[in-house]
Amino acid sequence: MYRYDRFDHQIVAERVAQFRDQVRRRLSGELKEDEFRVLRLQNGVYMQIHAYMMRLAAPYGMVSAAQMRMFGHIARKYDRGYGHFTTRQNIQFNWLKLQDTPDILADLATVEAHATQTSGNCIRNITTDEFAGVAQDELIDPRPYAELLRQWSTFHPEFAYLPRKFKFSITGATQDRAAIEINDIGLQVVKNAQGEVGFRVLVGGGLGRTPVIGTEISAFVPWQHIITYAESIVRVYNEFGRRDNLYKARIKILVKAIGIEEFRRQVEEEWKFSKDGPSTLTQTELDRVAACFTAPDYERLPQTDAAVATLLQSNKGFTNWLKRNVKPHKVPGYAAVELSLKRTGVAPGDATAEQMDAAAALADKYSFGELRITHMQNLVLADVKQSDLIALWEEAKAHGFATPNIGLLTDIICCPGGDFCTLANARSITLAKAVDERFDDIDYLQDIGEVDLNISGCVNACAHHHVGHIGILGVDKSGEEWYQVSIGGNKGSPASVGKIIGRSFSFAQIPEVVARLLQVYVRERHAGERFIDTVRRTGLDPFVEYVYATPVPEDEKLLLPDYELIKLGTPYDTPYYSPRF
Amino acid sequence: MLIKDKSIVEDEWTVLRLKEGEAADSVTVPAGRVIVPLPVWNCQHESLQGRSGLGLWLASFERAEDIPDDVSRFPVIAVDFHKYTDGRGYTLAYRLRNQFGFRGELRAMGDVLRDQLFYLQRVGFDAFAVREDKDIHDALNGLNDFSISYQASTDNPQPLYRRVERGVAR
Ligand code: HEM
Ligand code: SF4
Repeated sequence: MYRYDRFDHQIVAERVAQFRDQVRRRLSGELKEDEFRVLRLQNGVYMQIHAYMMRLAAPYGMVSAAQMRMFGHIARKYDRGYGHFTTRQNIQFNWLKLQDTPDILADLATVEAHATQTSGNCIRNITTDEFAGVAQDELIDPRPYAELLRQWSTFHPEFAYLPRKFKFSITGATQDRAAIEINDIGLQVVKNAQGEVGFRVLVGGGLGRTPVIGTEISAFVPWQHIITYAESIVRVYNEFGRRDNLYKARIKILVKAIGIEEFRRQVEEEWKFSKDGPSTLTQTELDRVAACFTAPDYERLPQTDAAVATLLQSNKGFTNWLKRNVKPHKVPGYAAVELSLKRTGVAPGDATAEQMDAAAALADKYSFGELRITHMQNLVLADVKQSDLIALWEEAKAHGFATPNIGLLTDIICCPGGDFCTLANARSITLAKAVDERFDDIDYLQDIGEVDLNISGCVNACAHHHVGHIGILGVDKSGEEWYQVSIGGNKGSPASVGKIIGRSFSFAQIPEVVARLLQVYVRERHAGERFIDTVRRTGLDPFVEYVYATPVPEDEKLLLPDYELIKLGTPYDTPYYSPRF
Repeated sequence: MLIKDKSIVEDEWTVLRLKEGEAADSVTVPAGRVIVPLPVWNCQHESLQGRSGLGLWLASFERAEDIPDDVSRFPVIAVDFHKYTDGRGYTLAYRLRNQFGFRGELRAMGDVLRDQLFYLQRVGFDAFAVREDKDIHDALNGLNDFSISYQASTDNPQPLYRRVERGVAR
């Protein structure tokens, strides 16, 4: 992965000093909250219901074992012993004190990490394929380009106060695992007929209140020009993006309003000034960065491992795990392994400090000391020898990483929702727990196969509910939490936005609603069809008919105090670090 | 007071802002060095054209293209940040410097605060009328938040990797 040179170190150190001084001035009252808010957001610091939350960056999801250990250290020292991995391939901590946040940045700097631009109306952490560099269907490793874009966008002086947040995603594979169609700019690394490398550029995708699939603005931008081209797009957006209405401020609204042809014309007009100028990338710089992403010292190994094949015959647990959590690798004898962070009773994407240490140790032992965070809120060890799979499986089980549910119903993408987030209409973590408990049956889940279930607590769509095969959205009806259900969304290749099936449901009805949707699928499916395929073939009707045919009962258990609605903003009996209280 | 070229100096200019009830075509532009808003410049073009000590200010929603004259005619162009979070002024400054060739004083005024000065300076501002309730001496520190930057902008037209020899993975 990318390693800092002295300039990277210096820039990050200066950032820590800058933020330390800003926090000092905030605590002394010199800075008013209104002046400080933007500064803290650009360092990933949010104010939530109970405390300050901080989102740390894992650029394009890559994390070294040392960084993962540091996350564990932060969890123990400053938080309550756990952290939350997010769909932007980052990690966030929920229970922080503001005065500790500069120390957290300083600790991160020792392992070449930071929290830069993980929030705010600026260019955010760039995401990519969690199997970048090892996927069989990859044309070109996107990570060197992601790093070049990271450096360009880091502290970009012109783009710190955009109309709204701005997200890039980049893939180099044929199957889009990076959701490039729902980002503000989606990049696909491609080769043209002459074999030259460049980017297919999509613009104006995004979710939130108005979900939009990105549109192609250019079929091929040669790689040398990607910085000036992207800069032209963001410059036009900075000038013309709406600033009068928060919900209409993303680039998708601008592109829709003036149309892709006019937007493209403006970008090309702007690009004339910078194209071929000094910000054109050089081969030397690409080579320098790409040298950090060369293949590790792979051994020459047979295609498959005999012990693995034997255990497959006899052990169902191992078979399930292998089927779901182990992914193909481009090098013979290797595999990519997903560590599931989805266990019944645990918030999706949460990991304890001990688990972080354990994941770091597994990375050191089995995967060249590197991990990736996935947008599904799991972890990946990308370079595992197949002959190590059995040992790794045992260790993963011991640390709670081996739930064989990757891609299955209980691999839920879930936002913090009403339990933490000030913007929530409804709880999502608690609902994920209820769904987990209802479907805690691996045989049934295996039979149902791949289903993306995404739960967002409000229209901001942090859990991408629009592109879940089943999407659940928390809505507010006169102060009460309700949930809207949609089906037919898909996150990529091709992306689609789900359709709402009808009236919304109460918290305690949702597990039954999900069960009914799955029953229709089982009834209607053709051989080999996934849930999403069936929905696409049959349309919504059979699902709607069945779900609403009879009143949906509430799950009695979910009405008990354990699941009781905690009213937003109600003081908990925990220390409140947030000045909201 | 004003931050100009990294030091604190007397401000020799007055800024004309239209008050309630005043109109761009009828307001009297006082004598002396005055920075006038674009609508006043437009409406009173004929009478103002001959004056030498005139500066122009733009609101953040106005664009360099809206200026009917050659920008080099103005010794000062100011950009008014009605709110520091309105980032259009940054692109406006960048384009004035790099696409319209403006070499005069480029001044940030309005909601101008210490923690924005570094970026403002990078995109091309060289003068800062810091918000009046803030300590301008303290604000001056904001110009030195970083000593290096990755990307090119007005202050440094070359990206870092063209300015220095960057390291290779250790
Ligand atoms: C609890 C603190 C959080 C707050 C206050 C928050 C706030 C927001 C807001 C306001 C938006 C909408 C922005 C817009 O459309 O203009 C948004 C979008 C988003 N959030 Fe969060 N969020 C939080 C946590 C998270 C977490 C934990 C994740 C990952 C699991 C996440 C992932 C996302 C993503 C991927 C989007 C983009 C959706 C899109 O493309 O429109 N957020 N968030
Ligand atoms: S979707 Fe809404 S409730 Fe969930 S984290 Fe985002 S802003 Fe909060």
